[in-house]
Formats: sequence, C-alpha cells, structure tokens
Amino acid sequence: MVTAAGHATAGAGPVWQILRSIPDPEIPVISICDLGIVREVSVDDAGVRIVITPTYSGCPAMYAIEEDIRNRLAEAGYAEVAISTTLTPAWTTDWMNEAAKERLREYGIAPPARRSAPAIVRFAAHRHAGPACPLCASQNTELLSQFASTACKALYRCVECREPFDYFKPI
Amino acid sequence: MTNPVQAGAAGSGAHLEYVLRLGDNALILGQRLAEWCGHGPILEEDIALANIALDLIGQARLLLAHAAKLEGGIRDEDSLAYLRDAREFRNFTMLELPSGGVSSAGAMNPDYAITIARNFLFSAYQCALWTRLADSTDAQLAAIAAKSLKEARYHFTHAADWIVRFGDGTEESHRRAQQALDALWPYANEWFAEDRIEAAASMQGIGVTGASLRDAWLAAVAPVLAGSTLARPRDSSFVSTGRAGLHSEHLEYLLAEMQSLHRAHPGAVW
Repeated sequence: MVTAAGHATAGAGPVWQILRSIPDPEIPVISICDLGIVREVSVDDAGVRIVITPTYSGCPAMYAIEEDIRNRLAEAGYAEVAISTTLTPAWTTDWMNEAAKERLREYGIAPPARRSAPAIVRFAAHRHAGPACPLCASQNTELLSQFASTACKALYRCVECREPFDYFKPI
Repeated sequence: MTNPVQAGAAGSGAHLEYVLRLGDNALILGQRLAEWCGHGPILEEDIALANIALDLIGQARLLLAHAAKLEGGIRDEDSLAYLRDAREFRNFTMLELPSGGVSSAGAMNPDYAITIARNFLFSAYQCALWTRLADSTDAQLAAIAAKSLKEARYHFTHAADWIVRFGDGTEESHRRAQQALDALWPYANEWFAEDRIEAAASMQGIGVTGASLRDAWLAAVAPVLAGSTLARPRDSSFVSTGRAGLHSEHLEYLLAEMQSLHRAHPGAVW
C-alpha cells in the first residue's frame, strides 16, 4: 500500500483518473466526471478531499455515487477520503463534454441540447424544439412526457421510426 | 456586512421561520404528490408525479437541513420532518389539501384536476420566488434557490401543459379543471398576504414578501389560463393561515401517514 505522504506527492492527478473511471449508477456509459458531478479534488498529507454536487435536489443516486467513490479509492489505497457536497454553482447539463454526449447517443439516449435562454418552452412549441432521434437521427420527434425513467430525462418518440427514447433534459 | 444569522434574536427567529416555511411547503406538497405513486391516471403521469415529488422532497431536505442549522443544531432535518406536530408545521394551507379537493374524503377519491391545478398555481409561484431568492443574502438559501428554480420550471411546464389540455379538451375535463381552479384560487391569497415574518426576512435581504411576487405570478398564470379557455377565478378576501401553524383538518391525516414509520422506529435507516 502506498503511504499517505506518497499519495500527497503524486497529487490529485491519479485520483481524478480513478474518478473518471466511475460510471454513473443510472447511465453506465458516462462517468461521474463526464456529468460534472465531481467539482474539486485535493490531496495532501491528511488525505483526499473531494467536492461533489447533486444533479437534481432529490437525485437518489447521490448516495450510490458517494459509496462508489469511497470504495474505488479504498481499493487504490486511499484510506482518508472526505467527501463534501456543494450546491454552487448549480449543476447544469452544459458541463457535459462532447465525447460523453456522443456515448449517450450511441447508448440510445438523446444528449442534452445546450441550454439557451431560460425561457419556458410552451405546449405548442414542443414539437419543434425536440431532440433528434438517437436511433435514426430524424428531427421529427415528439414529446410524450416531460418526466421519464429518472429525474434527469424526458420521454420522446420518433415520428419516423416510431421508437420511443429518453432525452437527457437540459437544465 | 452584517451576517444576517447574527442580526439579533428577533431577526434570526424570522430567518429560521422563513426557511422552515419554504422547507415545509416543499415537504407537504411532495408528500401529497407521492400519494399518486402507483395510482396515476396513466403510466407517464404516474412517473411524472413521482419525479416532481422527488424534486420537492429533495428541496425539502436541503431547506430543512438549513433550518436545523439556523436553529442551532438541536434537531436535524429528519426530526423536523417526522417529529413535529401539525401545529408546528409552517406550510401554506393549499398544499396540504387532499388530492381529491377541499371537501372530499381525500386520498380515497383523488382528482387529477385538483392535483394539476395546484401544481400549476404553486410552481408558478415557486418560479417567481426562487428567481428572487437566488439573490438572497443567505448564501445557502441562494444556492438552494438557484438549484430549485431549474426544477420548478419543469414542474410548471408539466402542469401548464395539462391545464391547456384540460381546459381546451372535452366538456368534462373543462368542467373539472374549472372547478379545481375555482376551489383552489382563494387559497393562493395566503401566498400574497401581508406577513410579519416575510417583512422581517425581506428587510434583512434574506427573503422576499409574497406581495412582491404577485405580478410575476399572474404574468405566468394568466396567459396559460387564457390559452386554455378556462376562466380566471374571481378574487376573494379569504386568507388561509397554514404558514402561521393554523391548518385545515387535513394536515394531521397527512402527517399521521408520513410520520408513522419514523415515530414507530425512531432513527430508523435503511
């Protein structure tokens, strides 16, 4: 096992590398770092300090994510790990990188559009504001429900290929 | 800059009370919406309400944990949620009304029009409120507000869509949506009525007065009503008193269900 002092010398880099390999518990094709959940990492003689931020206020995956972080770092020999939560700045899907968005699309989930002005999308506008179908790439999609299998997704249907699909909501 | 938390005993009392109200509002409506879990009219709506309830209960947890800290750490968010009696709850009366409406037996006979109309009116209020509280001098409250605003916008879109469908739908859906709006509208008066706690919180820059939110609320609500063919209910002078702890008879039943597990097994975790 590496000593705490050894970890401190190596710095935050190796910790980030471990964190980047931890998948989101609900959507395993993207990591908790892709999602922007991990905000800060620092390592010194006292141990590792990690700051995370919740996606949605009531996201039940946050506990699982904390557990995963502790377990994976323990496996790598990090004994002292302190995880704290911050709410500022509020989490946004704009933090998701392009590579992660592409993996989401391949997985069958339409990735979030970049957040524009916080205007409320009204009823009649839904049909025109929808995401492209992740399966056939058609733009002709319709909203079925603003809320879907998890808090972060909406349910859409492709009018062309008729397949329903999840859309990662921009927030 | 004066720390609002230390701005005197009376001031910090209003601060705590103000945050407690916000937490109780989210908690009680979250519990009412959770009652639909497994009983939604269609699967998509069952899931939608469960998601909205989850957002609200998450917000309630953040707010009540913050209230517990302001109180001095005597209690935590769980004791605030599960070990207070009805008289100590500070939520608006509208939010505790049964999903079946004001005069029904409650959860036994739920009415989706009541649930949607309430979500519509309240999420519009929350959008206006969180927008303003994002600039609160209480940094933690401002952080919760900025986060909750994003969620409230989706709640409003969901409810507003259904208001349009109900109003501009069938004769039956129009009739029931109008009935629900007419029944709930007077309960919104409490949100905008003058109040000592709000005035004190607003003076300190922690909170805002309900009266100052009314224009923004109406600006969100009125165009949806117009597009739905539903009539805006007539204003009245009725003011409910939930935020002062004087509730309708319905809150105790809700608490009995929500708190029974924790009271039977204090501190239970899983």
